[in-house]
Amino acid sequence: MDIGLLAQHVMNGLMVGMMYALVAVGFTLFFGVLDVIQFAHGDVLTVGAFTALVTFLGVRAAGVGSGPILLSAMVVVSIFAVAALGMLIARYLVLPLRTAPALNTLLITLMLGTVLRESVRLFYPQGANPKPFPALLPTNSINIGNFNLRLDNTIMLAAGVMVIIGVELLLNRTKLGLAIRAVAQDEETARTMGINFLAIVLVAFAIGSGLAAFAGIMNGFYYNEVNFGMGLYLGVIGFAAAIIGGLGSIYGAILGGFLFAALQTVGTVALPFGSAYKDVFAFAVIIIFMAWRPTGLIQEKISERV
Amino acid sequence: MLPGVVAQALATLYLITLLAVERQLLIIGLLGLAVIAVLGAYWLGWLDPVNRSFADREDVLGVLALVAACAVAAFFHDNHFLLLLIVTVVLYTVATLGLNIQFGYAGVLNFAGASFFGIGAYTSAVLNAHSAVPPLLVLLIGGLIAALVGSLLLLPVLRTRGHYAALVTIAFALLLKAFLEVNDVLGGPQGLQVKGMTIRGWAFNDNIELGNVELSFYMNYLVLSLALLAVAFILVRRLERSWIGLNLDALRLDETAASCFGLNIVRWKITAFTLGNFLIGIAGALFGMVGGFVAPNNYTFADSLILVSILLLGGVGSPWGSVVAAAIVIVVPEKLQTIQEYRFLLYAVMVIAVLLFRPEGLLPRPARNYFPGWRP
Repeated sequence: MDIGLLAQHVMNGLMVGMMYALVAVGFTLFFGVLDVIQFAHGDVLTVGAFTALVTFLGVRAAGVGSGPILLSAMVVVSIFAVAALGMLIARYLVLPLRTAPALNTLLITLMLGTVLRESVRLFYPQGANPKPFPALLPTNSINIGNFNLRLDNTIMLAAGVMVIIGVELLLNRTKLGLAIRAVAQDEETARTMGINFLAIVLVAFAIGSGLAAFAGIMNGFYYNEVNFGMGLYLGVIGFAAAIIGGLGSIYGAILGGFLFAALQTVGTVALPFGSAYKDVFAFAVIIIFMAWRPTGLIQEKISERV
Repeated sequence: MLPGVVAQALATLYLITLLAVERQLLIIGLLGLAVIAVLGAYWLGWLDPVNRSFADREDVLGVLALVAACAVAAFFHDNHFLLLLIVTVVLYTVATLGLNIQFGYAGVLNFAGASFFGIGAYTSAVLNAHSAVPPLLVLLIGGLIAALVGSLLLLPVLRTRGHYAALVTIAFALLLKAFLEVNDVLGGPQGLQVKGMTIRGWAFNDNIELGNVELSFYMNYLVLSLALLAVAFILVRRLERSWIGLNLDALRLDETAASCFGLNIVRWKITAFTLGNFLIGIAGALFGMVGGFVAPNNYTFADSLILVSILLLGGVGSPWGSVVAAAIVIVVPEKLQTIQEYRFLLYAVMVIAVLLFRPEGLLPRPARNYFPGWRP
């Protein structure tokens, strides 16, 4: 196939991989800090995308027409709202169940995801249909041969990279990041050293959920539409990506996200009825991968109290 | 034994009334009455004798429950919709019993229950249309294929911790739906039609006429489903009391200790998962024939979550709880048409409430009863 089409596939894979990586980082952060799988993460992403949509409609109805203001309003409001939602989930649903079997937390977050998804479907007007998402980024594009390089995709890719670098710097170079890593390593010792456990957990959930909101907005801009089921799909893929990369490791999550996107792209390109079966192919490879290396590429360090 | 019989008789009368009533306000009133009655009985301490009599004379009360089910069916003998509803409740109970073996006894998470249900249904569709296999054998084959696929799925992740198995089953649920929708051989999004059963010339899809009483054809399926439920229920109860049940419980409670005692973790997890899927597959195969058609949209991840919520509501590891919860979860939204739209939301909220405030479920799993009725 010609180089232009290949470049198009690669670009698409990078964009999609970026979104998966952002969701996977959230999963890994929650697992690292509290040892919980927060299954509502994907649906929190949906709430983020719809919050952005509502903000856009509201601000535009209030008379503001300027692109950059609308864009920044959408991003800021959505991220803060979803971070708050993440903190509420942590405080009232996840933390109370810490003493119960781990299964209960998994189940309760799964059900919460259903509640969020169904609430969007039922309470947003015409929620069951996909909603058009505004195109607020510049849509100029350059044509390099067969390859159509769009400016908005490049901007989003660059923004995604900066966000990931930002999270990485936060975790590795700041005191807050140090506290989060300490709690992830050993909760009791961290508390003994004076770290406020509740605050750190809430902050970790806020960061993870904020990343999900950003991913949701990216998804909305990329596909120009949002629908109530987008979160479930992205959530499962993000979880799978976090597991391939190795739960508990941020680099692993990012790697896993791009790896899953690469699998989907390979599936689209290489298989005959490619794009219909790409998910079947990717998930099948994941299941086989887990047979070979169940704890992921960058293994999680488990020490269980017997 | 008497408190148990009284409780069953009251429950049967209530069920008949609830099913017969049509007006929404009356239904809401009846539901409220049930909640108040049960809470009142709980506070007055009337539920303890009932629990004891169920523990002592479970066999007799089980037979009486079947008789009660037949009585309810006889009351609505010509009402297609209500009989179909009862058959749905019975078959979902069988599927939940299968899920119970996996999750309640062995602690293996299965978020693809509806997918295995669907595998059973698709098997019955394909075999009925393209081969001359007798229908009862088709049911067994449906169960076997679901069990086989399940064991292949789970083998890779058995050596790891619980959440990896959860991911594999969720991925499988999504994967199967995508696969069935894209695949034209198995009918694509429209699905396949399923021919009705015929056993030795008795066509299950024809209405029965006894004298001048006409019975809906769903009666045939109801009798078969009740037989299936009875077998599954006895199997599950016997399993719990046996050495296999002990091994599964040890496995669930503490894997490390269990393997120290010489239990082969992988082997028992696979056994539980396979057996559970076998039951789910058989129930699915029968449900495919009852409904007359199978489509990928009926066996999604959300439907798997419904099965899990039935299990959690009734009480993990408690078969009687599964029966009661299946009846509640399936009958109430059908009767209360106003909440049909909101039913997934309500199921999810209900499960969250159960997990936060009463994690052991409506009818918590009782202590293992080796010799029913024994007194020192």
